[in-house]
Amino acid sequence: MHSRTTALELSIKKAREKKDILLMTHIVLGYPNFDDSLRIVEDMVNAGVDLMELQIPFSEPMADGPVILRANAEALKRGATVEQSFEAAERLTREFDIPFLFMTYYNILFCQGVTEFVNRCKSIGIQGCIVPDLPPAEGQEYLDAMHAAELSPVHIFTPYTPESRMRHLSDNSSGMIYCVARKGVTGKDTAFSNEITAYLETCRNSTELPLAVGFGVKSKEDINYLRGKVDIAVVGSETIRIMEQEGVGAVKGFIETLVA
Amino acid sequence: MKNSGYFSQFGGAYIPEILVPTFDELESAYLAAREDESFWQEYLDIMSTYSCRATPISRLDNLTEQLGGAAIYVKREDLNHTGAHKANNVMGQGLLTKRMGKKRVIAETGAGQHGVATATMAAKFGFDCTIYMGAHDVARQRPNVFWMEQMGATVVAVTEGSQTLKDAINEAFRDWVTNMEDTHYVLGTACGPHPFPEMVSWFQSVIGTESRAQMLERTGKLPARVYACVGGGSNAMGIFSGFFDDKDVELVGVEAGGRGKGVGQHAARLAYDDATIGVAQGYKTYFLQDNDGQMKDTHSVSAGLDYVGVSPILSALHESKQVRFEAASDADVVAAMQKTVRNEGLIPALESSHAFAQAYAEAPTMSPDDNILINMSGRADKDIFTVADAVDDPKWRQFIIDKAEQYQNAGATK
Repeated sequence: MHSRTTALELSIKKAREKKDILLMTHIVLGYPNFDDSLRIVEDMVNAGVDLMELQIPFSEPMADGPVILRANAEALKRGATVEQSFEAAERLTREFDIPFLFMTYYNILFCQGVTEFVNRCKSIGIQGCIVPDLPPAEGQEYLDAMHAAELSPVHIFTPYTPESRMRHLSDNSSGMIYCVARKGVTGKDTAFSNEITAYLETCRNSTELPLAVGFGVKSKEDINYLRGKVDIAVVGSETIRIMEQEGVGAVKGFIETLVA
Repeated sequence: MKNSGYFSQFGGAYIPEILVPTFDELESAYLAAREDESFWQEYLDIMSTYSCRATPISRLDNLTEQLGGAAIYVKREDLNHTGAHKANNVMGQGLLTKRMGKKRVIAETGAGQHGVATATMAAKFGFDCTIYMGAHDVARQRPNVFWMEQMGATVVAVTEGSQTLKDAINEAFRDWVTNMEDTHYVLGTACGPHPFPEMVSWFQSVIGTESRAQMLERTGKLPARVYACVGGGSNAMGIFSGFFDDKDVELVGVEAGGRGKGVGQHAARLAYDDATIGVAQGYKTYFLQDNDGQMKDTHSVSAGLDYVGVSPILSALHESKQVRFEAASDADVVAAMQKTVRNEGLIPALESSHAFAQAYAEAPTMSPDDNILINMSGRADKDIFTVADAVDDPKWRQFIIDKAEQYQNAGATK
C-alpha cells in the first residue's frame, strides 16, 4: 500500500469487502433548500448509498452541465451561504455513518482561506474534497493542508489524461480517484460500453487508490457495466433530475432501483 | 502545464482536468508562434490587407482648443475591420487555430464586437463558428447579432446567471470541454487561464507599438498620459504595452463607474474598493464578489465593460502602481461621447467613451506642452439603440415606431 492511507480509503476498502461496487451520490447543498437537502441525504443513506458528495454552491460552476448549474444558481438565489453548507454538512456527518466529501470550486476555499476551509472540513467530519478547477500545480497550499489534516484531496482522471499525468494526479491524491467517463460537462449521457474499458484499465494501472466513475451514470445497467472494473459508481445529475421531475420523495425509490 | 503564467500573484490556470492537454497544446502553439518571426510577419500582412493596420492617430483640434491644457490625440482602433481592436486578437488566434489544425472556433461576446470579429475571421478562414452571448446582451446589441448570423455563425443566447459576459464565458468553456479536439476557444480579452492573458496582450501589442512610433513621429515626443477603457483589459494592455519602458508616460485605465459606487451599480474592479481577490473563470484576479466568493451583478451602460473580473496583468500593474485606475460614470460617458461626435465627427463606442470622459476631465489641468493619447478601441455604430435612448432622440423613436408598424402590417398580411 502507498504512503498516505486516509480514513476515506480505509472505509472504501472495508465497504468493498461486502459489496462488489459502491454507490456514491451527489447533491447540491441548499437545493431546493437546506431542509430538503437533509431529507434527500437521509433517504439516500436509507436506500443504501455508500458515500456522498456534497456540493457547496458556487456562482460560476464551470465544469457542471445544465442540471447542476441550475441547482447551484437556485440555491444561491435562495440565499445559500458557505456557512450554512458547513452547518448542514456537520449535521449529516453526525447523523449518518457513511463518508461525506465536499465538492466545490476553488474560489469557495480561497475566500474562506484555504487552510481554514480544510481545518473546518476536518472539524465537522468531512473526509475529502473534490475541487474540479484546482489542478495540483495551482493547489500546493490546499494539498499541504489536506495532507496535514489527513483528509483526502481527490483528483480527476479523464479519457484524455496521459498515463504519466495520471500518476502525477494519483501522487497528489488520497482516498480515491474520480474518473470522468467522457469529455463534456456533468449530466449528459455516456455510452457505458467496451469503448471505455481500455480507459478504465489505464486508470486502474495508474493508481493504487480506489476508483470512482462518474459523468452520465444513471441506471442499473450502467452500474452493472462498472461492476468488477472499478470500486465506486457515481450518480450525480440524475438524482437531481428525478427530484425535479417527480419530487423529493422519489429519490429514495430511484436509488433503491440502482442498488437492488 | 509547464508554466502557469503568473503576474505577481495574479493569473494562473485554474482549469478542469479535461482541458489540461488542450491548454498544453495551445501554449506550445503560442510559444512556437512567438519564436517564429514569419508568424508575426504573416499576422502584420493580414492586418494590413484585411483590416486597416497601421491605424492612424488623429488630433482632436477642436476639443483641444475648447478644453485647454494638453493636446488630445486619439489612436483610431475604430478603423479596424468590424470597427474595433477586437480584430487584432481574432486574426492572431485565427492564424494559431489554422496552425493547430482545428476546424471550429467558439467565442464569448459582451457588446458583440468580439463575436462579430470572430465570425468574420471564421468566415474568412472557413471555420465553423459558435458565439455565446448573454441573453441580456443579445437584447441590447441586436445589430451585432444580425451580422454574426449573416456571416454564418450560430449565436447562442445564454440565459444562465446574470446573462452577461461572464455567463457567456462559462458557456463557452462548457462547449470547449465537450469539443476541444476540433475546436479552439477564441477568448476575447486578456483574461482567463494562462496563456490567454499573455497571448491576447501579445496580439494587441500592435496598438502600442504603432502608437509610440506615431506619437514620436507626429509630435516629436512621447505622450504625457495614455488613456484606455478597461473591461477585460485587452485594448488597454495593447496600447499600454507600447509605453511600459517609458517612465514619464502615465498610463490610465478607465473602468465602468456605472451609476456610482456600491454593489451592483458599476463594473469597476480596480478603481473602487468593492472588488477582492478571487479565482473564477480559470484565473486569479480582482473580482466583484461577496465574502463567500459568489460573483455579484455588475452594471454599465456599455455591455463590453460589464464584467466581474479584469486582466490579471492589469491587477499586477495596479498593485505595482504602473497603471492608474479611474472610473467614469454612465452619464459622463454618454456626455463625452456626444461631445466627441459633435465637435470632432468621431463616433467612439460607449466602451471607448470611458477613456474619452477621463481624458476630457484631466486635459484642462495639464500643460499645453503636454500631449495625451486616448485609445479609441471601437466605434459606436453597434450602440445606436442605446445611445439614441440615452440622448432621448425623438426622431429616432419615431423611426423605430414607424419601422415596427411596417413589420406589423407586413406580418398581418402574411
